[in-house]
Amino acid sequence: MSVDTSAPATTSDTALRVADLTIAYQRKPVLWDVDLVVPAGVVAGIVGPNGAGKSTLIKAVLDLVPHASGLVEVFGKPYRKQRSLVGYVPQRESVDWDYPISALELVEMGLYRKIGWLKPVTRAYRSQALAALEEVGMADFANRQISRLSGGQQQRIFLARALVQDASVYFMDEPFAGVDAATEKAIMAILLRLRQRQKTVFVVHHDLETVREYFDYLIMLNMRVVAAGAVADVFTSDNLRRTYGGRLTLLDRAVDAIGGIRQ
Amino acid sequence: MIWTPLDTWIVAAAAIAGAACALSGSFLVLRKMSMMGDAISHAVLPGIAVAFILTASRASGALFIGAALVGILTAVLVQIIRQYGRVDHGASMGVVFTVLFAIGLILIEQAAGQVDIHPEHVLFGSVELVPLYTIRVLGANLPRGVVVVTIALVANLVVFAALFKEFRLATFDPELATTLGVNAKLMHYLLMTLVAITTVASFEVVGSILVVAMLVVPGATAHLLTRRLLPFLTVAVVVAIAAAVLGHLAAIGIPPLFGFEDTSTAGSMAVVLGGLFFVAFLFAPEHGVVAKAFARIGLRVSILTQDVLGLLARVTEGTASTSTPRTTTDTLREYRRSPFRRRRSGLQLGLTLLRLRGLVRRRDGRYALTGAGRDAAAGILRTHRLWERFFFDEAGVDLSELHHAADYLEHYTDADLQGALSEELLRPATDPRGRRIPE
Amino acid sequence: MNVERLLRTLLLSDYNTRVVVFGTVALGIAGGVIGVFLLLRRRALLADAVSHAALPGVAIAFLVLVALGQSGRNLPVLMIGALVSGLIGMGCVIVVNRYTRLSEDAALGIVLSVFFGFGVALLGIIQKMRGAAAAGLDSFIYGKTASMIRSDALLIGVVAVVVLIGTTLLFKELRLITFDPDFAAGDGWPVGTLDVTLMALVVIVTVIGLQSVGIILVIALLIIPPAAARFWTESLRLMAVISGLIGALGGYLGTAISGMAPRLPAGAVIVSVMGAAFTVSFLFGSERGLVRVLLDSLALRRRVLNQNLLRALYECEETGCTDSADGQIHYLSTARGWSAPQLRRWIRRATRQGLLTTGENGCWDFTDHGRREATRVTRNHRLWEIYLLEHADVAAAHVDQGADLIEHVLGDALVAELEDVLADRDALPASPHSLLPANEARTS
Repeated sequence: MSVDTSAPATTSDTALRVADLTIAYQRKPVLWDVDLVVPAGVVAGIVGPNGAGKSTLIKAVLDLVPHASGLVEVFGKPYRKQRSLVGYVPQRESVDWDYPISALELVEMGLYRKIGWLKPVTRAYRSQALAALEEVGMADFANRQISRLSGGQQQRIFLARALVQDASVYFMDEPFAGVDAATEKAIMAILLRLRQRQKTVFVVHHDLETVREYFDYLIMLNMRVVAAGAVADVFTSDNLRRTYGGRLTLLDRAVDAIGGIRQ
Repeated sequence: MIWTPLDTWIVAAAAIAGAACALSGSFLVLRKMSMMGDAISHAVLPGIAVAFILTASRASGALFIGAALVGILTAVLVQIIRQYGRVDHGASMGVVFTVLFAIGLILIEQAAGQVDIHPEHVLFGSVELVPLYTIRVLGANLPRGVVVVTIALVANLVVFAALFKEFRLATFDPELATTLGVNAKLMHYLLMTLVAITTVASFEVVGSILVVAMLVVPGATAHLLTRRLLPFLTVAVVVAIAAAVLGHLAAIGIPPLFGFEDTSTAGSMAVVLGGLFFVAFLFAPEHGVVAKAFARIGLRVSILTQDVLGLLARVTEGTASTSTPRTTTDTLREYRRSPFRRRRSGLQLGLTLLRLRGLVRRRDGRYALTGAGRDAAAGILRTHRLWERFFFDEAGVDLSELHHAADYLEHYTDADLQGALSEELLRPATDPRGRRIPE
Repeated sequence: MNVERLLRTLLLSDYNTRVVVFGTVALGIAGGVIGVFLLLRRRALLADAVSHAALPGVAIAFLVLVALGQSGRNLPVLMIGALVSGLIGMGCVIVVNRYTRLSEDAALGIVLSVFFGFGVALLGIIQKMRGAAAAGLDSFIYGKTASMIRSDALLIGVVAVVVLIGTTLLFKELRLITFDPDFAAGDGWPVGTLDVTLMALVVIVTVIGLQSVGIILVIALLIIPPAAARFWTESLRLMAVISGLIGALGGYLGTAISGMAPRLPAGAVIVSVMGAAFTVSFLFGSERGLVRVLLDSLALRRRVLNQNLLRALYECEETGCTDSADGQIHYLSTARGWSAPQLRRWIRRATRQGLLTTGENGCWDFTDHGRREATRVTRNHRLWEIYLLEHADVAAAHVDQGADLIEHVLGDALVAELEDVLADRDALPASPHSLLPANEARTS
């Protein structure tokens, strides 16, 4: 089934196009004027300092936060029409891990869209979910309640849930945050496999040291796109200084002023 | 409507109870624990019931002790269930107070035959009966209810006056408070005790459910009006007292207008409190809905006039000659990157407003800046070009995208920020395209 | 107290009792099942605000009925009034939340108390109205199951069936939005609509529960059973079933007990029974009950102690201090700082478990099983120590697995991984740090 859902990937080579995207929380801009054209089949890192709007960018693309303005296209069509091509891995802290649900049941959530309204999860789907758990090395933990897993294991089942979505474009919000070495390796392996399957993956990332190793495309963000392109081209000290440089405090002041006036 | 000395005592009792509740309730609101007030006020019911049954009287020290104990018990139970049972905070409050309330209700129903107590009085209060029971205090005959709530008010005043700094710290910066040796946990339980005592003292007046209104609404109203603690508490107390007066007036005044008899003062007080909150919600000077709407309109007007001024300055900049340069609306609209290409009426409105302010002149359908207008426009151009310089130098934004960003920010830049910007950029003379930055 | 009467109620021997019990049991089931999702969505207290906000609606509906010359005790109309004003209350909470800086907590408190106050003021008017029997309205505040008639019970039954069908059909969707609404939205599910559906079911259950349990206590039906059920299971499906059962039990027993004596308000008794069920679950729940949690942590502590003891004895043997029991005890207490009586107690326990045995010269020796266990434990410990020493940079990332207890809970997978990383190690590596020599322990 992976063949027909990923078919659009081959018909167009632009996976994501974002134009004029501006996001404001409480009318205070956190991201503005983002323009991006990202080719299909890359593993793209999104880096930038705290508060640079990395997660916001992902959430805006997925329509989870209201846009002040802007356009988001996936494979040449508006995002809303292409939802089925998109997979999402939220931040680990965004859910309640005390929730009464097992690892397997959590992974099954990635199949709900395929299963459709009101229908139960049948055995065929369950074995798909189990296969995904196997793929992330978590099959032994299928029936364990999710709070009884380590942070890294939790992250891996989140990834497994995204895998069963069988999307063409993935958005992952800090999958490497607070995980152990084994999980880091496992996630890396998954990213590689996704690239081999011609998927496009966006990963919000913190650790600059691993950028060259993990990604082939990079989006450097600090409230706006500082640079975007092949890692070899854009991962330069000049761009790093622009992204992380401390001399943007005046901009913060202006943004505060905007927030103050408009709230 | 007839006002008697009885009414005066009723209002006095309600006002004092309201003031006491407003004080401890303010801290509940500030600490985002309003529903804890709800939980405690429900949960003290069994404490009240047991004290009643044991002493067969409404006014006793036992009542206060029972209430304080149940208040602390509620807070402790909620904490235990939350911590050891890993139950969501709201739900653990819900479990504790409903069960305690249910037990209290059963006790009161069981005792109602023997003791002078009715659930309605506990739940809704009986402020109308306050003047009927008097005790002698310092040689004067005072209604007992008034004395009781006064004690609660004094207790609140004493505790908060003595520990004002500690409460302020524990409320606004609990982490700092801990490092400074203020025991946050102790403050928490002290507040819970105070809420319980205040609730019990007030239940005779407003009842154990409407006391929630007295606890939460004055503080919430104050929250819309101020952020500093002392004004906050003052506003809360004033709101509570106003609600007592207006509430009683409404209770005895409004129903007769519709051919009914008077109604519950406590209920009317809650309604008046809701009304006062609503007024603040709409008309609070900074955060009210109306003020925000006006601010938005004001902002749009100022953006519009600034855009027009900036445009006029740009259009006429190149044509600097001895005579005042003039231009038509058509030129303005067709100018490069004019924001008014498709907004003719916006341009007209802006020009009219600027003329009213004496910044723009019109003759023969052509517009020109006045002297004051030139100064104002220079300031806008300066800010705009400073921002362009900033984005180009510091943030590496492309030339083609400079205008957009600067255009947005220029409207939010005051003289201070403009100065800082200029300093930061070492007082540049030109923008990235080499145009002059006016002084 | 009247046991005969209790029995008669419990056995449903008369018609009225059957009606009331049917109604309260159906209510308990409906509240318990829908409450599970309310609880997991962390909206428990919103239901409290909604139920309090229903009072003015009931009073206004009553006044309208009287003004139209009808009897004020038309239950469906009163319930519609309650529904409308409950929904308005919910809307107010949302508006206050959206347009002010106040916390949700304060918004709930304001709406709850002001609406209730308005209701009380209206009731005050109604009570003094000539000729209008306001008696029926009391039951909305305190709850009165006795006044429940056949049509009321049927209505509750229908609502319960609707709730059961709705939650069964939407089980997967409700699970999705209560667990991870962001993922659900990203996946294209209409989270807002599903949220509204959930809250609508909650409001409906609240409103039909008002008459029997009362405004103040009705949220107990939605909160207590699911909170109690959570202690028994880690599965959502089972949680919903158990919650429904606890709700049913509360309704059944509560109604029965309240029939035993006069002046026992049924709503309060139902809630008390549920409270008792909660307490039992909190203490003895098979998954998360306090006793279970304490026992688990005790067991873990024992295992840790046991393993430490085995390792210490193993090291004792390595350094060659196995000449007498006293020598062993002395070595262990010097090396590990354990007191002699403590040690003897632990050793006795390990002996009972078949790990240790008394050897020829009176000192303790491992059984075969004990030796295997001791070797394994020591090996794990040393692998872990070496790993920490040699890979300190990566190892720091393992901290999320439980700090220093980690070596005692190493899974096979992790041990295999350690072996992988430390591939060139012997079957049992020497301790990376020096052990206390036996003769030194003797002289100190």
